[in-house]
Amino acid sequence: MTTDPNVDSPRTAVSNPPIQPMKANLGAGDVMRASAMPDLAPPERELTPVAKLIDVSKCIGCKACQSACAEWNDTVPEIEHNVGMYENPHDLTPDMFTLMRFTEYDNPDTGEFEWLIRKDGCMHCADPGCLKACPAPGAIVQYTNGIVDFIHDNCIGCGYCVTGCPFNIPRVSKADHKSYKCTLCSDRVAVGQGPACAKACPTQAIVFGTKEDMLTHAEARVEDLKSRGYDNAGIYDPEGVGGTHVFYVLHHADKPALYSNLPEAPRISPVVEGWKGATKTVGLAAIGLAAVGSILHGLLGRANQVSAAEEHEAEELVERSERDA
Amino acid sequence: MTNPWTDIKNTDLVIVMGGNAAEAHPCGFKWVTEAKAHRGAKLIVVDPRFTRTASVADYYAPIRPGSDIVFLMAAINWMIQNDKVQWEYVRNYTNAALIVKDEFGWQDGLFSGYDPEKRDYDKSSWDYVIGDDGFAAIDMTLENPRCVWNLLKDHVSRYTPELVEQVCGTPKDRFLKIVQMIGECSATDKAMTSMYALGWTQHSKGAQNIRGMAMLQLILGNIGVRGGGMNALRGHSNIQGLTDIGLMSNLIPGYLNIPTEKEADWTTYMSSRQFKPLRPGQTSYWQNYPKFMVSFMKSMWGSAATAENDWAYDWLPKLDVPAYDVLRMFELMNAGQITNYFCQGFNPILAFPNRGKVTAALSKLKLLVTMDPLETETAHFWENHGEYNDVDTASIQTEVIELPTTSFAEDDGSLVNSGRWLQWHWAAGTPPGQAQRDTWIMAQIFQRVRKLYQDEGGVLPEPILNLTWDYADPLDPTAEELAKEMNGRALADVYDLTDKTKLVAAQGKQLANFGQYRDDGSTMGGCWIFAGCWTEDGNIMARRDNSDPDDTGTYLNWSFSWPMNRRILYNRASADLEGKAWDPARKLIEWNGEKWEGYDVPDISPTAKPGDVGPFIMNQEGMSRLFTRGLMRDGPFPTHMEPFESPIPNVFNEKMVGNPVARVFVSDAEQFGTSDEFPFVATSYRLTEHFHYWTKHNRINAALQPEFFVEISPELAAEKGIAKGGTVRVWSKRGSITAKALVSRRLRPLQCGDKLVHVIGIPLHWGFMGAARKGFGPNSLTPFVGDANIETPEYKAFLVNIEPATTEAVS
Repeated sequence: MTTDPNVDSPRTAVSNPPIQPMKANLGAGDVMRASAMPDLAPPERELTPVAKLIDVSKCIGCKACQSACAEWNDTVPEIEHNVGMYENPHDLTPDMFTLMRFTEYDNPDTGEFEWLIRKDGCMHCADPGCLKACPAPGAIVQYTNGIVDFIHDNCIGCGYCVTGCPFNIPRVSKADHKSYKCTLCSDRVAVGQGPACAKACPTQAIVFGTKEDMLTHAEARVEDLKSRGYDNAGIYDPEGVGGTHVFYVLHHADKPALYSNLPEAPRISPVVEGWKGATKTVGLAAIGLAAVGSILHGLLGRANQVSAAEEHEAEELVERSERDA
Repeated sequence: MTNPWTDIKNTDLVIVMGGNAAEAHPCGFKWVTEAKAHRGAKLIVVDPRFTRTASVADYYAPIRPGSDIVFLMAAINWMIQNDKVQWEYVRNYTNAALIVKDEFGWQDGLFSGYDPEKRDYDKSSWDYVIGDDGFAAIDMTLENPRCVWNLLKDHVSRYTPELVEQVCGTPKDRFLKIVQMIGECSATDKAMTSMYALGWTQHSKGAQNIRGMAMLQLILGNIGVRGGGMNALRGHSNIQGLTDIGLMSNLIPGYLNIPTEKEADWTTYMSSRQFKPLRPGQTSYWQNYPKFMVSFMKSMWGSAATAENDWAYDWLPKLDVPAYDVLRMFELMNAGQITNYFCQGFNPILAFPNRGKVTAALSKLKLLVTMDPLETETAHFWENHGEYNDVDTASIQTEVIELPTTSFAEDDGSLVNSGRWLQWHWAAGTPPGQAQRDTWIMAQIFQRVRKLYQDEGGVLPEPILNLTWDYADPLDPTAEELAKEMNGRALADVYDLTDKTKLVAAQGKQLANFGQYRDDGSTMGGCWIFAGCWTEDGNIMARRDNSDPDDTGTYLNWSFSWPMNRRILYNRASADLEGKAWDPARKLIEWNGEKWEGYDVPDISPTAKPGDVGPFIMNQEGMSRLFTRGLMRDGPFPTHMEPFESPIPNVFNEKMVGNPVARVFVSDAEQFGTSDEFPFVATSYRLTEHFHYWTKHNRINAALQPEFFVEISPELAAEKGIAKGGTVRVWSKRGSITAKALVSRRLRPLQCGDKLVHVIGIPLHWGFMGAARKGFGPNSLTPFVGDANIETPEYKAFLVNIEPATTEAVS
């Protein structure tokens, strides 16, 4: 947590709650790109790029990150069946934005058995395929600090973001027909807190800070792994998507596919890249040429929703206080 | 733990054996990650399964459940054969040089003095030769063939790498690689830490598993030093506190003993607790036993406990058996000899072995009262939940009362962590509904019982009527009041023992430490080892200063660590005979010519000259014990014993079943299975996603690990025609369960001699209450037998059979 008013993003996720909250940011003026809005005004300022580093070699697969993610985002993942594996839920869902994926690997070079555990979720690409594919104006935005966020009020549930994602991350809810994924806890980062998963991680396999600091930290981790015989240890920060704001340290960086099919060289599908012109038309048609003003309102107005359950609770509270009075 | 969690960052080598720290203690495991990241420490895992801890280990070896003693004794043998011994430490700080009686011996898996009828040893030969001076005979040259070192050398000589491969199923090359890594830590500038948990305790010889590693650590000189130690990872946040406060039927707070019925009076009781030093000039700190005991009696009965009535000794219960442990309690309950059961913070029908027997026992009760924040299976044992709890409700006449209690987060108080830190906590929320603190409930009951005794009298009413109960609100004692009572206070002015004019604590004041406890009735204290937790300076447990000069990891101003705020036990042993740190980079305390000082509270009298007084002040010898004399029922050295249910006979004595001195009730002996009928070894364990039977009540935890499963190897799956995710039936001599099958290469068949041993893993988090899917626990299958010394049930090694379920569960 940062308490320096001049610092524009948290530098760690592990500290205790703030004494002096950071001035809230990640408003409309921090958006550098928005889906289907080619004429978006330039951002008012440049925030320091942030990143979440996932050090796979330190991860114990405890799923505290999954738990913290569901708690913070107030999602209710389904209680499924066991189908003979540790992944639960069995895949990313609209209610589970991050997932531990487990791979059993017999290393032919060392003769050793390895259990490779990777936290899967949105990579927050510098060049986000989801945003490029999205036809709904302002449904996907990218802030100048690198966070790629879905603005659900603007989402039309078409699923193009899924097609556009080289990592197969977004999931469209059958309940509200909106697409969901990790927000990199943009609502926490905006007020100086690191992401919930990083805060919950007991071994600090997940760390958060500026992209620059995280790269330095990652390099030191790679050195340690090399000293332990992992000659191909390295950083996974794929260039094909312009680098990512969630990136990995891998023991076998030469074989990312070992880690539950992490793409070797991810890039946005050429089909999506080719959409660029059409996107605007499709998008604008789909929302009936909505005014830009209301789209921006969508950016900022999402915190003001009240669920039916909350409404009900409030009514009960009023009734009770009237009764007690 | 001898060392705190924070000290693990100081280690060079972590061995996790008999535990699964990453899985069951993920938050504490961060210190292993620290040691690896900042010290370049290595991590070894030895476990029947390739665990989550193994996934981040530098080296892993498999082992057959229940064969750990063979591995550990072979490791000691290898250290001796390869001169990986911290000689100065072993010679001076262990009892290696003491001479043992000629009658002591070992043959065919048994020590001298075995009586098969009594299933017990006559332990009189398991002791030192005592010289005319009243002290144990010694040979510092270690040449005497009867000295502990030579007996140990001989004892472990039969444990070879080949025997490890044959009995443990651990490939010889893996064993040798591990002992080489361990051997490096015999150097004075290297330390290994042992992190273990229920993977060692839950065996019929659990205490001997731990002894084995403790001996290895002593031989390496790794006890009392930073980054070393024997570190028991406790399974609940306050289970260390439970043992400290003596919540066992045979203990009084602070590891004092409940008398037995043979100790009918105070003089007899104290006569076997003299703790006369066995070597000249040694501290033998238990000589202070009367001070702790009298202060405890004063905390119980105040002015009614006097020197004249032997401090109310007659009011203490006297045991007619060694202990009323849970196994015995359920045995008695099942025999109809216990009719009322208060079940506080326990869920026995999932936690105690042989669930069928536990359910039968509960069904015979007249009254069952549960006190728990959750609706436990035990409170609902009478409900029929189909195959998951197939009872005939109408035939059960037990009256069940559920008393909802607060949880730890809804209450002030202290928790004692594995590292012996008493950490104060504050309520984070208000309790729901009618939930009340356990102390509130017990106070209500006590006041009503006392009133009944007042009004109606009864057999021996004195202990109830005279019990000290001086809380501001007798119906609601506060955590602060109870903590102060445990710390102790002066009942009269207390003076220095050597300078009688010097006042150390005025009447009514909180005592500063247990050095101020007295045996003349002038002090009271409920738990002597906690003395210092709440002094005249206030609540020491609430301290939150995380300064740590020179990054030693001791954090002396954070909370309170028993005893005396000492962070690393036996820390005198971190320095050599002259009082200089073995490793200057790892200095803890040193002798400055006049006294001991350093980063930790010295575990020795501050002015005890090095060379005069040994570092292991609680022992009569002043030394640690490679040979434990008669203190353990099953031997002064660990010897290999198979689990009660084993796929192979004991290699030293094929007629020996299990632990030859473990208590076995007659009806349970008939319920042990053999490998003909039950060819596979099962072991039980926790998963990170859950905590015991609590978190299945939580929707998110339930989503992360929703349904009961068992883990098997692809080889066993193929042999039995079991598919990944299919439903299987697993059964033992005592019960049958169904589960989903998780087929994983993390389990491998073990080649033990000419026998291929398959291991089945059974996690323990499911029942029929809560948010997760209904399932079973391993306790439906486990045997009703415990460790010979402390009765911890044998959950970690038993025999089962497995087959695909005939009817697939509806999913």
